[in-house]
This record gives sequence, C-alpha cells and structure tokens, in this order.
Amino acid sequence: MKTEVRRTSIRGSSIRTKANLTGWLFISLAVIMIVIFYFYPMLQALLLSFKSGTGMNLDYVGIDNYKRLFSDKTFTTALTNTFIYLIVQVPVMIILALFLSVLLNSRQLKFRGFFRTAIFLPAVTSLVAYSVIFKYLFATDGMINKLFMSIQLIQTPIEWITDPFWAKVTIIIAITWRWTGYNMIFYLSALQNIDQSIYEAARIDGASATRQFFGITIPLLKPIILFTSITSTIGTLQLFDEVVNITQGGPGNATLSISHYIYNLSFKYTSDFGYAATVSYSIVVIIIILAFLQFKLAGDKK
Amino acid sequence: MNKLKTTGTYIFLILAAFISIFPFLWMLISATNTSADVTKGKLIPGSYFFDNISNLFSSIDIGTALLNSAKVSITTTLLSLVIASLAGYGFEIYRSKAKDVVFSILLLSMMIPFAAIMIPLFQMFAKLSSVAPAIGIDTLSGVILPTVVTAFLIFFFRQSTKMFPKELLEAGRIDGLSELGLFIRVYAPTMKTTYAAAGIITFMASWNNYLWPLIVLQSPENQTIPMLISQLGSSYSPDYGMIMTAIVISTIPTALVFFFMQKHFVAGMTGSVK
Repeated sequence: MKTEVRRTSIRGSSIRTKANLTGWLFISLAVIMIVIFYFYPMLQALLLSFKSGTGMNLDYVGIDNYKRLFSDKTFTTALTNTFIYLIVQVPVMIILALFLSVLLNSRQLKFRGFFRTAIFLPAVTSLVAYSVIFKYLFATDGMINKLFMSIQLIQTPIEWITDPFWAKVTIIIAITWRWTGYNMIFYLSALQNIDQSIYEAARIDGASATRQFFGITIPLLKPIILFTSITSTIGTLQLFDEVVNITQGGPGNATLSISHYIYNLSFKYTSDFGYAATVSYSIVVIIIILAFLQFKLAGDKK
Repeated sequence: MNKLKTTGTYIFLILAAFISIFPFLWMLISATNTSADVTKGKLIPGSYFFDNISNLFSSIDIGTALLNSAKVSITTTLLSLVIASLAGYGFEIYRSKAKDVVFSILLLSMMIPFAAIMIPLFQMFAKLSSVAPAIGIDTLSGVILPTVVTAFLIFFFRQSTKMFPKELLEAGRIDGLSELGLFIRVYAPTMKTTYAAAGIITFMASWNNYLWPLIVLQSPENQTIPMLISQLGSSYSPDYGMIMTAIVISTIPTALVFFFMQKHFVAGMTGSVK
C-alpha cells in the first residue's frame, strides 16, 4: 500500500518535471537574450563607470568619475533640463489625456471615432520625422509664428528654437503633442470597462459630474494612471530623438537631455566610455527612486 | 447651461483634433510645394509633388535606406513574435514558482534605460566584429540582435495567454500533438489578434528606432530611414519640399501597417492592459 502511493507520486512528479522542463525550453531563448542584451550590459556599465580613458583603452580609476560627476556643470544642466521636462510635461500630458478620454467616453458625443483617431494620430509618427517637422514649424520664420501673428496673438515672432526658455517650451510642446493621444487610448479602454451602474447610482445620490470624476473615475483608473505615469517618466528620462533633431541640445546646452549628453560623451567629443557610463548610471538611480516614489504616492500597488 | 457645456466640449475637441492633425496637413501640403513656397508659408496644395520625388530619388539614396529599414523591421518583427510568444506561452502554461521569479526579474529590464546599456552594447558588437564581422558593428544584424526581445512583448503575450482557453490544449494532447505541436497548431492560430497587435508595436518601434542604429551603423550604405531623415533635417540649406516628401514616403509603411491592423491593435492593447 505504502509503496503503491509512493510509486504514483514518483510517476506524477516525473510528468510534472517533464512539463516543467518543456516550459523552461519555451522561455529559454527569450531569457538568454534578455540576459545578454540587458542585464550583462547593465553590469558592464557599472564596471565601466569606474574606468576612464579614450576609446577602447580604459583603466580603473576608482571613484574619480563619480567625483567628476558632482563638479560637472554640463551634467547639472542636463539633469536640470530633464527634470524640467519631467515636472512640467508628464502631469500636463496625463491631465490632458484624462480629460480628453472622459470627454470622448460620453455616449452622446458625435464624431467620437473621428476625434479619437485624430488625437491618436501623432502616436503613429516616427520620433525623428515629427521632430524635423516641429523644427521647421517652430522656426523663427516658421508656420507657427506666421499663424500666431496673423491672428494677432503675438506682435513679434517668438524665438522658439533659439531662445533658451522658449526652446524648452518647444520640446515640451512637442513631446506632449506626440504622447497625449497614446496615453488617452489607455484611459479610454479602462473607462470602457467601468460598470455604468456605478455612475447611475452616484447620479441618483445626487453626485455632480465633478464629484463623479474625482470620486469614481480617478480611483478606478488609478492603476492605469500609475502605469502610464511610470512609462512616461522613464520615457522622458531617456529623451533623445526630439532634442537631437529639434534643437541639437541648444542654444548653448539649454535643452540638452541626459541621454543626449551620454551620447555626446561617448561618440561626439573625445570618447570617454567610462565617464559616459557613470552619467548613465545616474539615470538608473533616478528611475529607481522615482518609480519607488510613484508606487508610494499611489498607495497600495495592484 | 448644459448647451453651453456641450458647445465648450466640441470647441475643445475640435481644437485638440486640429492641433493633432495640423503638422500632418502641413507636411502633406509642403510635400507638394517648392521650398520657396514652403518658406513663404503657403497652405494650399501645389503641383510640385512629382518634382520633389524625382529630386529626392536623384539626389539622395533614399531607396537604399528604405530597403535597409524594411530588412531590419521585418526581420526584427518576425523573430521577436516567435521568441516572445514562445516565452509568454511558456511562462503562463507551464507556470511554476521558479519561472514566476524569473519572469519578475525579466520585467525589471523594462526599467533599464537604453542610454545606460548602449555603451557596453557598442563595445560588445565592436569586439564581435573581430570574431564574426557579419554580425558586428556596421551590419544590419548588429541593429537587429539587441532589439529583438523586449520584456514588454513577453509580458504582453503572457497577459493575453491568460485568456487563452486551456481546454483546447487538453483536446490537442488527446489528439497526440507534441508540446511544440500544441503551440504551433493550437495556440498560435487562436491568438491571431495578439500576434497582430504585437506585430504592429514591434514593427513601428523597429522602423522608427534611431539611437541604436545611429551608434552601431557607420557606412552610408547601411543607413536606415530615421538616420536619413535626421541628416536631411540638419542640412544648412534645406529643400523643404523635398524633405517633407521624404518624410511622407518614410511614414507610408507604418501608416499602412497601422490602418490595416487598427482593429487588432486596439483589441490587443486593451486585452493586455486588463
């Protein structure tokens, strides 16, 4: 009796082991590639951040690169710029996307399909292509200034690209244009999953539209808002294509982003892969801190 | 009051739609005009489109760039669909504690900024060049390899697999299909929508990728479309009409992919977000 039980359990576990092994085979290729192309380079970058030199000739220099980081004015500028983009752009875009999705979710609205497609359209374009278009549109003698002047909004052309302040504004406008519709689609699909009877009950209880928005919509969308704000934060911290193609980091370094600075350090100036890796680790640290804060802010993670 | 609110809603939406569409309109209109007309701010379509096209193809090797981008994007998309769907399926169907741990570690790679790994990746491919020049620096394989698998796509397939009716697998097993046979004959055909959505996401990302090709590719004959557009955009005396024509042409593949598969895209996206 006892041996009988044992034998079946062995046979059962051997089938399970076999299935388990098949499972590992299914995932193996993907796991190996992620390790080779993400985790291994990540480790290499950490080692690299303690080295310095030109090109492929690098020597260990201890924490010299990290000391240099704190006295590096260009790094401070790139960091400040990136944070300005982050603090202004991400909240503006998320609020705008939420607002648009609530409007577009209304069943009484006419031309819903048209509005949705139109507002989503920018998300289909390539980052480089739209950046080049924006560069021309926002040139001092470009279309935007011409339009604004023709409707008497401004008297003299704004230096969208060549003024340090306006150049930042242009970058923020550009990113917001590109990504608002993209985030809106996430909110729209989440809104469509909310049971309408909740709103009906709230209406019977006499809750106003604003009350319903903050009392029902926002709490129910919290997980997706968290998701989009984390992905947007990571995206903004990696900002590269727009800055390179709209302003080339200028005027001066007024729009330089961290990724752009890392690129310049590695491939444009006399390349110093070691120090560039040190700068790149600063983004990693920032992403970890911000993701942690966003989870904390949003309360329990679900 | 209510009427005022509705009017306000429409004005706001019309404005948002206009701002979203305007750069496209301007691009299309400018592609049909001469550079001088574009500078003057002409906002009516002209008759210069075909001249812009012939200028473009005679002065710039856009054909090669289009071909390179097509090779890279199609190969990347096919490979990543196979590898990521195998993994997503494996994680969900053969679920175990150890695999769940591996899965959450893989997800961490989504937080890794590309800027942090691009230098080691460049070094990796530079070293590879001396051993296997065919997949090293300045090759299209070098562009493709590190971008093929993303944790996002694996996550995407796993999430969608949660909704896959597992009874179909039991039925297939009784019919004597092997484990791989189940994946190919039963799973893959049922998950067409997921494959379509994942395909769109991957194709677009690959077609539009700029930073990595910029680093890994050096010779002009290996240039991809975003590199070419960026180069055109930074020229000192730009031919606006011609550049806009180049951008229109470079956008056609992604626009086609998107519009033909839009239904699958939205269905797949919402499926994964749930």
